[in-house]
Amino acid sequence: MTLATDIALKPKDFATDQDPRWCPGCGDYAILNAVQRALAKQGVPPHEIATIAGIGCSSRFPYYMATYGFHTIHGRAPAVATGLKVARPDLQVWVATGDGDSLSIGGNHFIHMLRRNVDLKVLLFNNRIYGLTKGQYSPTSELGKKTKSSPQGSVDNPFLPMSLAVGAEGSFLARSIDVDAKTLADVLAAAAAHKGTALIEILQNCNIFNDGAWDHLSSKEFRADQTILLEHGKPMIFGANRDKGIRLRGLRPEVVTLGVDGVTVDDLWVHDAHDEDPTRAFLLSRMEYPAFPVPVGVLRSVQRPVYDALVNEQVTQQQATKKANLQGLLNGRSTWQVG
Amino acid sequence: MTASAISAKPREVRESVVIRFAGDSGDGIQLTGSQFSAASALAGNDTATFPDYPAEIRAPTGTLAGVSGFQLHFASRDILTPGDRADVLVVMNPAALAANRKWLKPNGILIANADSFQAKNLRMAGYVENPLEDGSLADYQLFQIDLSRLTNDALQGYGLSAKEVERCKNYFALGLVFWLFERNGDMVEDEIRRKFATKQLLLDANLKVFHAGWDYGENTELFALRYSVPAALDIAPGTYRSIAGNEAVALGLVAAAHKAGLDLFYGSYPITPASDILHTFAGLKEYGVRTFQAEDEIAAICAAIGAAYGNQLAVTGTSGPGIALKSEAMGLAVMTELPLVIVNVQRGGPSTGLPTKTEQADLLQVLYGRNGESPMPVLAARSAGDAFETAFEAARVAIKYRVPVVLLTDGAIANGAEPWKIPDVDSLPTIDPHLLNDVAKLDGALLLPYLREADTLARPWIKLGTPGLEHRIGGIEKWEKTGHISYDPQNHHNMVKARQAKVDAMTAEIAPTELAGAPEGDVLVVTWGSPYGAALTAVRDLQLAGRAVSHANLRWLNPLPPDLFAILQKFRVVLVPEINNGQLVKVLRAAYALDIQQYNRITGQPLTVAELRDAIVAVLPH
Repeated sequence: MTLATDIALKPKDFATDQDPRWCPGCGDYAILNAVQRALAKQGVPPHEIATIAGIGCSSRFPYYMATYGFHTIHGRAPAVATGLKVARPDLQVWVATGDGDSLSIGGNHFIHMLRRNVDLKVLLFNNRIYGLTKGQYSPTSELGKKTKSSPQGSVDNPFLPMSLAVGAEGSFLARSIDVDAKTLADVLAAAAAHKGTALIEILQNCNIFNDGAWDHLSSKEFRADQTILLEHGKPMIFGANRDKGIRLRGLRPEVVTLGVDGVTVDDLWVHDAHDEDPTRAFLLSRMEYPAFPVPVGVLRSVQRPVYDALVNEQVTQQQATKKANLQGLLNGRSTWQVG
Repeated sequence: MTASAISAKPREVRESVVIRFAGDSGDGIQLTGSQFSAASALAGNDTATFPDYPAEIRAPTGTLAGVSGFQLHFASRDILTPGDRADVLVVMNPAALAANRKWLKPNGILIANADSFQAKNLRMAGYVENPLEDGSLADYQLFQIDLSRLTNDALQGYGLSAKEVERCKNYFALGLVFWLFERNGDMVEDEIRRKFATKQLLLDANLKVFHAGWDYGENTELFALRYSVPAALDIAPGTYRSIAGNEAVALGLVAAAHKAGLDLFYGSYPITPASDILHTFAGLKEYGVRTFQAEDEIAAICAAIGAAYGNQLAVTGTSGPGIALKSEAMGLAVMTELPLVIVNVQRGGPSTGLPTKTEQADLLQVLYGRNGESPMPVLAARSAGDAFETAFEAARVAIKYRVPVVLLTDGAIANGAEPWKIPDVDSLPTIDPHLLNDVAKLDGALLLPYLREADTLARPWIKLGTPGLEHRIGGIEKWEKTGHISYDPQNHHNMVKARQAKVDAMTAEIAPTELAGAPEGDVLVVTWGSPYGAALTAVRDLQLAGRAVSHANLRWLNPLPPDLFAILQKFRVVLVPEINNGQLVKVLRAAYALDIQQYNRITGQPLTVAELRDAIVAVLPH
């Protein structure tokens, strides 16, 4: 419990007395630490925050956050969070969910949350596997993945979460890797500041059932060459030697090397996170390993009307222009007397 | 027109009349019926209505599938049902006749739009010969009226298209029946003026046609007399209005929110026959009502649960298929012990079933249709007006005990209107939401989100946003008191018992069971929901005939009224009529191990007085 409003908040002000029950080595620990640090830095006290989760390993998140919290049912966190945010726009509401929770059983709520642009901060833990049920392929598992439920390899084509989110009209889309503390901190801060649904896809390692799923992006050895950090207004440069970039040919991105064939920084795609047109955000969402470096950072951040604010504006406006009169309401348009 | 209400024709006084209007769903039948009902209520009659419409919005014109009906019972005494069969049937086309003839009493008045009885329409209705001409309607007083032609004649020179003229003809029929039953047309004229306020030509045309219908009754040789149904005298004094069940549910819940000082959140997905609740709430934002039209039934209840956690009076509403989808979340509300009202406007099932028809077959679903031991209080409204009070009570106990509560109505209650004695807002009880909203209230003790109050066993409803009261809840089993996750075996046993004990404790809220008739006798008829009216009427009839028959209606279906067992034992036979295959009867047999009789008809239609009279007589000891 904390009453810290004037004094600086510390990450431990957001930690509960419950010991996390994730497997040792799970990527979720790093994410929990990053979120507690980001909230402390943001300065909103714990009692003004609610953490809502569905079901899955990542959805245990609320128990470890010293905020108000609700561990709901599988896939439904966005719906519960929407109701809470509409009822209590004064609270900052975070949603913790996983690839199975959000993209399979809760797919419908996930897309409608984005469409409505409810003011929620959504942590989508993507480990490309069902962990809590002990290792079945998920809707983000790669085609051909061998798991307990797909011994000959999965025949399900996966979702790219960011592509789905662009199609669902997402206003804020970001991506980070669990172990990339710097980028994670930056996108958490940007998400917290965003008005509307802020979706962060966190590429998270499940060291028990899908160990190394993101090694090609997360390991120090490959990260610089196989990811690209997006920065608004800056040309898209990546590589350990900062000598590679992305050039757009019409609507077709391509990897180029600076200095080769006369390519200069001026030829590169300059990232515009605030572009109202979602076309380029969609192109970013399709950039996949190994053809491209995988974008991390903020893919898209645009301002759109916010659902919960609109709902409450209508209520406020009607209350200002109409006089509530319960007896009049019960009486209705026409009455008659008996006796 | 008020002036022309004076008629030269003789009148016959009737105590009650049942009239049924039927036509294509595009003929304005529901509007015609509602306007006639409203005028009858204003004339001081008691009224009860039964809209009987197809699921299709506009089935092909002239087909049986497209027939829409509206039945109204109006009387100079207290009535409880829309009437078993009609004294008067107004049909706009052959299909309407074919589909509704069975509802007309022998020697009843049949008013037919003769214009429409042409080859094509007759064929679509399945007639080989024109029934108006082949003598097959000899059992009725047949009045053939060329509604289309007469409407057209009345509108000569208005410059309206043939289609526009045709759409005015329901006002001709309405004018005629207003004349026939001495109804004051002012209200209809006001409604026409309101509806066509921006279309002067159509306003004039519809008024003209309405008057023409009236004048036709007065001037034609066809009708020799009019009928008068005087104002009812046995109705309790007060201010009345007409109300349908769906609106009553919404108003009851808004009133409860007001009395609790809470805003109301309504999460819903459009579904027949519950959508009017959503429509009503959507227009009540000035009362602090927020509506959430969800992407599906699951989101609708989950958002409501989120709003309940956020300290609003949370409500979700649907019909049976929606309850099936909400079931897991209903269990979450049981587990998290949050106040929530779940409205189920029952319709014919299973699956999509009969969306626009009434049924009572969801009782076992709401009682038992969830995983685990998931006890939930269930209340049922018996009529449209009663739905206000029952909804208010459901919200009151949900808040007091911090539980999800199911409120059952059905299609007949939802859409049927009846006069409702408007309650005085000041007389409604205040509801104390008793929020835990200050850490100081803990007196230095640890916050225990599952600490129970002694009498209600309710846990605290914690005001979100309060410093120092941060806590976590969820669907995993809780430790007693702390609410932390627990897989402890004995703790689970204790919590299952505690959740049940909390629902059992709610018997303290149940008013003594009202008995119509003696407290002992040969037969006790026990009802819940919409069969109440027909059952009570049948019981009253038999009491007048000297039979030792009584009636009890249950608002509370879980927990059962604590006095019920003793009451049932005082009768030689207990009979439970239901529009299902026998659900309450199963519950009562299981609860009391008594040999209880059942009567069931599952046709999507209300039970009738006549069949219940017969059913009671059949079980009367000889």
